[in-house]
Amino acid sequence: MLAPGDTMAETVISADNLSLTFETNDGPVHALKDVDLIIGKGEFVSFIGPSGCGKTTFLRVIADLEQPTAGSISVNGMTPEQARKARAYGYVFQAAGLYPWRTIERNIALPLEIIGMPKAEQAEHINHTMELVNLSGFEKKYPWQLSGGMQQRASIARALAFDADLLLMDEPFGALDEIVRDYLNEELLKLWAATEKTICFVTHSIPEAVYLSTKIVVMSPRPGRVTDVIDSTLPKERPLDIRESKEFLDIAHRVREGLRAGHEE
Amino acid sequence: MTRLWQGNTGPVTVVVAVIILLWYVFVVVLNTPWERDQAERAGTEIGFSQLVKNTMAQERPVLPAPHQVVTEIWKTTVLKKITSKRSLVYHAWITLSATLLGFVIGTALGILIAVGIIHNRAMDKSVMPWVIASQTIPILAIAPMIIVVLNAVGLSGLLPKALISTYLSFFPIVVGMVKGLRSPEAIQMDLMHTYYASASQTFWKLRWPSAMPYLFTSMKVAVAISLVGAIVGELPTGAVAGLGARLLAGSYYGQTIQIWAALFAAAALAATLVALVGVGQRMVMARMGGPA
Repeated sequence: MLAPGDTMAETVISADNLSLTFETNDGPVHALKDVDLIIGKGEFVSFIGPSGCGKTTFLRVIADLEQPTAGSISVNGMTPEQARKARAYGYVFQAAGLYPWRTIERNIALPLEIIGMPKAEQAEHINHTMELVNLSGFEKKYPWQLSGGMQQRASIARALAFDADLLLMDEPFGALDEIVRDYLNEELLKLWAATEKTICFVTHSIPEAVYLSTKIVVMSPRPGRVTDVIDSTLPKERPLDIRESKEFLDIAHRVREGLRAGHEE
Repeated sequence: MTRLWQGNTGPVTVVVAVIILLWYVFVVVLNTPWERDQAERAGTEIGFSQLVKNTMAQERPVLPAPHQVVTEIWKTTVLKKITSKRSLVYHAWITLSATLLGFVIGTALGILIAVGIIHNRAMDKSVMPWVIASQTIPILAIAPMIIVVLNAVGLSGLLPKALISTYLSFFPIVVGMVKGLRSPEAIQMDLMHTYYASASQTFWKLRWPSAMPYLFTSMKVAVAISLVGAIVGELPTGAVAGLGARLLAGSYYGQTIQIWAALFAAAALAATLVALVGVGQRMVMARMGGPA
């Protein structure tokens, strides 16, 4: 695992007093309030909290899909807009959102076409990412021919295609059943180890957050804010049965406490 | 036989049979007064069986019998040379060419307007009410004016008729394509945003393919009303040629059989055109990876 000192080596995301207020007909909604957070290179950070706590909003701010109303945030030392234009990150949404009229390999080629990568190079990237998500052999299939889990893997491959160092994942496995989710969690950890990417992962599952993360950010709603940041003590090598270890349960307990505290305030 | 009833063939046959039966009933009912009138003038009594027989063989019936219409269609298609002015195929071709030209222009125009509405806020706010208003004007009122105005600037023949088709057919295309081009889900649009895709990339890679099902559905409506437009466009041209001219000439001279034959030709033409668009739709959807 990464020692705490290492994680500070290179800052990928730095949020300072970040706030975002949506103006609605029912008055202002404080989606994020005074969020301070630093995410280092190579970290696997989970954002956990009940709905309305701003975890997805925070991810969307990083991705320049929402604009903060106060405070500042930098991504790779740039503004989110500059980072987006430099294609600094890949984004995985809750739904796979594959284009039904494109085969799996054509779906993965989509971002590569957009950045104007030459065809030969595209093929290389597609092969590589298809291997990473264990989908080799399904290149010519259409999305409707794949299961939900496989579709979501294809969407992860699409996010990895142009090899950005940062991967933003918004509840990517939320719609999948427990068995598929366990399997994909394991796969994701392998992928993270193999690629050494920085991953920001939004979830509402405590076991998922604890199992995957080097850092767990616990958030609470109304206004959306960070209530606890837990650095995981689990080793980097994590078999599935680590979830029955005392260390794992201790961290899970602390997460649960954080969630409860946020709820009672 | 059981297979026949599981598909569409059985039910369709039954419905057609019932319609034809009802039609014959109405033929007898509607054509009887004239026969009675004739018999009265001649001072003779007419028996029921003779009456029924006569109602189906009138030269200018109020309602011609199906077999009279079929015979007329047969005589004016198969038995006439295509170049003949009395050939229904000749008239259908005149109408079809105006329909197709108008449909193509209307589709292109409709797509262009829809693209403008999607990408330009000012157009989004201002154009749609005009598009809708254009369709509230009865085409019968505006068609002669289009013909006359275009004639005054030296345009006559195919194009003015086609433009009336265009006037009708661009509307469903605009409505369908605005909806179709806006059909991509929020996450698909967000995805394009995260890729820093240009507006034209978003259009060609996402909006356009998403809109295909809407385009074809709109085109089915558009091609059918294009035909209506072409027929209406033929009425004020002095009934020279085309199915519309056939209808008008038929009504001038009380040739009801000719009218019905032209009507059926128009209906068959419309059905064929809609079916052809459907074939195109299936081909495009198959190419776009839809479940076969």
